[in-house]
Amino acid sequence: MATDPHDPRPRLLITGACGALTQRVIERLHQDYRIVAVDFRRAPQLGGALAELPTYRVDFNKRRAEDLFREYGFSGVLHLGRMVKSEEARSSRYHANVRGTQRLFKLCSKYGVGQVMILSTYFVYGAHPFNPALLEEDAPLKAAELTHALVDSVELENLSQIYLWKHPELNITILRPCNIIGPGVHNTISRLLSQRVAPCLAGFSPMMQFIHVEDMANAVCLAYRQNIRGIYNVAPEDWVAFQDALVACGCRRLPLPSIPQLLPRALSYLTASRGLPRHLVNYFKYPAIIDGTLFSWTFGWQPRRALDEAFAYYREQKRGPMRAR
Amino acid sequence: MVSPEVDALIDRIPKPVGSFGYDPWGYHADDLKVGLSMAKWFYDHYFRVVANGLENIPAQGRALVIANHSGQLPLDGLLIGIAISTNPHGPRAARAMVERFLPTVPYVGNLVNAWGAVLGDPVNCIKMLRREEVVIVFPEGVRGSGKPYRDRYQLQRFGHGFMHIAMTHNVPIIPVGVVGCEETIPSAGNFKLLARLLQAPYIPIALPVPLPARVTLNFGEPMRFDGDIANEDELRDRVEQVKARLRELIDRGLAERTSIF
Repeated sequence: MATDPHDPRPRLLITGACGALTQRVIERLHQDYRIVAVDFRRAPQLGGALAELPTYRVDFNKRRAEDLFREYGFSGVLHLGRMVKSEEARSSRYHANVRGTQRLFKLCSKYGVGQVMILSTYFVYGAHPFNPALLEEDAPLKAAELTHALVDSVELENLSQIYLWKHPELNITILRPCNIIGPGVHNTISRLLSQRVAPCLAGFSPMMQFIHVEDMANAVCLAYRQNIRGIYNVAPEDWVAFQDALVACGCRRLPLPSIPQLLPRALSYLTASRGLPRHLVNYFKYPAIIDGTLFSWTFGWQPRRALDEAFAYYREQKRGPMRAR
Repeated sequence: MVSPEVDALIDRIPKPVGSFGYDPWGYHADDLKVGLSMAKWFYDHYFRVVANGLENIPAQGRALVIANHSGQLPLDGLLIGIAISTNPHGPRAARAMVERFLPTVPYVGNLVNAWGAVLGDPVNCIKMLRREEVVIVFPEGVRGSGKPYRDRYQLQRFGHGFMHIAMTHNVPIIPVGVVGCEETIPSAGNFKLLARLLQAPYIPIALPVPLPARVTLNFGEPMRFDGDIANEDELRDRVEQVKARLRELIDRGLAERTSIF
């Protein structure tokens, strides 16, 4: 699916295009950029006005990925795709997230890409009882110390930071958002909020931050258009205790025993996909609250949706089938 | 459950909170109202607290309240917090820095956060002072609260972090001599093995219920430490000045005390 070679718009590669966030980003940018949408899972199926966009299934560790750079001559890359725990085994995840991103950086450098944005996550800070609130961007990334399952996320960050100072011409921006929620989002927290009965740990209700997927899409586009390299937390100035968030989303809480320390992890095996994911148990026990003021000040970003508006989607989701019954 | 007096009091001291009423540390005004309504009874009738020098707490702006620590449980922090929040010269919802052990305790960690207490971490302290909060710090830490009854009213080694913060962020230090909390839970020693098993800083060999000792809180005049220091020895000298002032306030409280219970 080649595009018009005379189109003067800058060419943009966007990864993770099967995801809800990425598709919203594409919707916002496709008027001003010639977008090539790729995903490691499958060739993205984009609807409506986006159906004409070239889409590919791409593994950046394969040589064929370079063909895209040869063919399109990208001016920018939005690397929003990241394989998460539930999708693949640890080795595959490491291969895709770390080695794949390294190869992507090398291709960007080789083909003179002038701007790269990386979507990371606040999980890299790790949830720890000794965490102060409002973690700034220079706080240590303790996730790898706390759980092996997040090693690839932390390494992806470290790799991006190396390229940030080693290749200033790539103008790398790393975004570390809080929990992204809303329609179409299938991450761990969104899945939990969607459940009628949601597990939590008895006696623990850590403070959390949530961002509506539409607000996050706005944040990504704003940061891309302004092109100010650096590392930024992205979070609204609003906080809620996890168990209050469950109630606000219309979930019935199912408190699981929280002590001794190994018990919640053991229970997460038994509750399988509807429980608390084993590698994230600490995030439902201790807070990892990030300070998003640097991003807000730098890019002039403010969320448009209140927290309860984001939760309303999950409440409505639960009401729908019940009425039908 | 919430007395009208407490309800009006907390409404007078609003904090920057989000749409669900929480701040980033987990403070929640409604929870504080419930907690304060219950704790105020113990403050007035069980510990019969007398607070002197409350006019030294600034009605607004940042301040570090530095106190001696005692009594196994952080009752001293609770009582100082109540004294400051019911201060007739201008109530403030003070933030007490608590032991790192507390956030790991189910229910307790969230509860103390909702009442305004936060993990004792310099980053938390600095961020709160930048928000013009009153922060209560016990520089002795567990060395003070966990000491046995035989060491009562002997100040233990002070951490220096509070002085660094006071100097670099231009914060007045208000010393508070606490008298009476040592007698609330007299401890004969520490179950070290059990403490290690539970990953607690200490488990006192003591009665399970606090005794109704009378408590006196002597708030001193604000101390300011401006300028820079040449080395850590100078910093230690400044910490010693605060320690000396605390000793005076404690001694005054002990001298004026007519009865322990």
